[in-house]
Amino acid sequence: MEFLLAIMTGVLYAAGLYMMLRRSLVKLIIGLIIIGNGANLLIFLLGRITKGAPPIIPGDTKFFADIYADPVPQALILTAIVISFGLQSFAIILVKRAYQVVKTDDLDEMNTIEEEV
Amino acid sequence: MTQQFLLYPLLWQLFLSIVLMFAWRHIQIQKIISIVGSAIGVGLSVALFYEVWQNGTLVVQAASWKAPFGISFVGDMLAATLVLLTSIAGLAVSSYSAASLIPARLRFGYFSIFHFLILGLTGAFLTGDIFNLYVWFEIIIISSFVLITLGGEKAQIEGAVKYFTLNFLASIIFLTAIAVLYGLAGSLNMADLAILIPQIENRGLVEVAAILFLVAFGIKSAVFPLYFWLPASYHTPPSAIAAIFGGLLTKVGVYALIRFFSLMFVEDVLLDQILMVIAILTLISGGLGAMVQTNVRKVFSYLIICHIGFMIAGLGMFTELAIAGAVFYLIHDIVVKTNLFMISGLIYRIKGSNRFKELGGIYKEYPKLSLMMIIPMFSLIGIPPLSGFWPKVSLIIASFDTQSYFILAAVIFASFITLVVVAKLWAEVFWKEPDKFPKKNHFLYFKKMTLARKLQMILPIMMLTGVSLYLGFGAENIQQLSMRITSELMNTDFYINAVLPNN
Repeated sequence: MEFLLAIMTGVLYAAGLYMMLRRSLVKLIIGLIIIGNGANLLIFLLGRITKGAPPIIPGDTKFFADIYADPVPQALILTAIVISFGLQSFAIILVKRAYQVVKTDDLDEMNTIEEEV
Repeated sequence: MTQQFLLYPLLWQLFLSIVLMFAWRHIQIQKIISIVGSAIGVGLSVALFYEVWQNGTLVVQAASWKAPFGISFVGDMLAATLVLLTSIAGLAVSSYSAASLIPARLRFGYFSIFHFLILGLTGAFLTGDIFNLYVWFEIIIISSFVLITLGGEKAQIEGAVKYFTLNFLASIIFLTAIAVLYGLAGSLNMADLAILIPQIENRGLVEVAAILFLVAFGIKSAVFPLYFWLPASYHTPPSAIAAIFGGLLTKVGVYALIRFFSLMFVEDVLLDQILMVIAILTLISGGLGAMVQTNVRKVFSYLIICHIGFMIAGLGMFTELAIAGAVFYLIHDIVVKTNLFMISGLIYRIKGSNRFKELGGIYKEYPKLSLMMIIPMFSLIGIPPLSGFWPKVSLIIASFDTQSYFILAAVIFASFITLVVVAKLWAEVFWKEPDKFPKKNHFLYFKKMTLARKLQMILPIMMLTGVSLYLGFGAENIQQLSMRITSELMNTDFYINAVLPNN
């Protein structure tokens, strides 16, 4: 399971970065979304996908430790998902607006402000 | 009960932004609430600063969850100082934007978002938990995305796309670093991490986490190879917004770097060397970038990058004096950079342009205003006895002590370049005989403004200039403050014991 998740995370990061390097705005956003999911999976993976490491129970009490897993990574991922959801919806509106104003979705042509030096 | 002082500046900004939403359509009411509220915010920050100065670090554990489990808020001297500076810059920009922005921009909740931005900044300085820091960073960038796109002009949208992408990427890298660190140490509390990180056996992965943090904060604070988004976006929004961005947003990155690399990833030779190389290259490339620009705000954008190098240099040398220099420079830079962007807005109001070729002759028209505007520029260069001079003395002495002569050369080179750039700017904008350019028809020139509105624009600049003058002439006090901050930073037990008293 860990092995599969590790490969999955790597693939998501790689795919996300590749998409971000494309010139099309839409692909850029898709890249950002994919790489964000990769980061969430990474938190999940590195928080250990096993039972037996809840953070608030003292180390020597073994009572609950067998049934509960560490809840912190899940809380982190949940927060991160909510935040990236907000950012992504903003990004999509921004892309739409950029397309309307600049009349292109090619990032290389969004340089009118750079011309005057 | 005095512990709660820590949360007042934070909660007050939250309260303000919610109240402002209720007055959505009434811009006049929003202006009054925002300015008065910001003034009260300064009062609360002063109270916090005084409390911390007198009684030492304040710690609040959210919902009384004990330290490594809950979220801690820590107000040490560095955090309290930065919160105070944030609120002062917030007050200045609040008043300035009430006068300088056109109503069409203010109509979509500008002030509310503005206070959310200040809230995010205050929270980022006060938190003692790395994931909570991530959340505050997100609040900051979401508010800044809205502010940078508000109005939706072509140039703004183009700048915003770059700004958005790089900041989003920085957040993802930050999140990745948190994931790696949590996997290694199993904690998110900064004080707890400061104890746990030196015990981790897998030093290679710790190094990886540290480098990831360095890249994430490096993008935020615009250091050498990661700064290209900044000059591409900072000159596009109105200057009131650029002022708060230029003054505070990059400095949050610097703050995070100082906090992380003085508390958690300490005594790492490789990192210190990387930081020094970055600092030297930032100083040189930012300075050279500023030389070739012909737009007032682009010049200032590159100067932001250049001067970030001073702070990174101090952090890289990591001696007591060097850190004190970096902290002093941070204090000076927040005030001066906010002021400079407001000045660029004033120039824009007077002449209707920010390009060198359409400017000139301001000194002839407004001699007193011009003299006021030269003070922040002189303190930017660091002409003694103004505020930019003193931290550079500390940095130069520290670079002799640590025998890092490349830093010494870069610091002197960057100061010299700043002098050249400001001299050029002064000649082009203030002295040069202006060419005849057609006046814009639908533009509210400074001359046509009412006196109240003029004052609303000039008073914030005067206020920050006054603060700058105090930082220069009262340098003894600021140096004392910086030394105290440094001693708190260098002695990590101090921070750890404040947050985890039973340890």
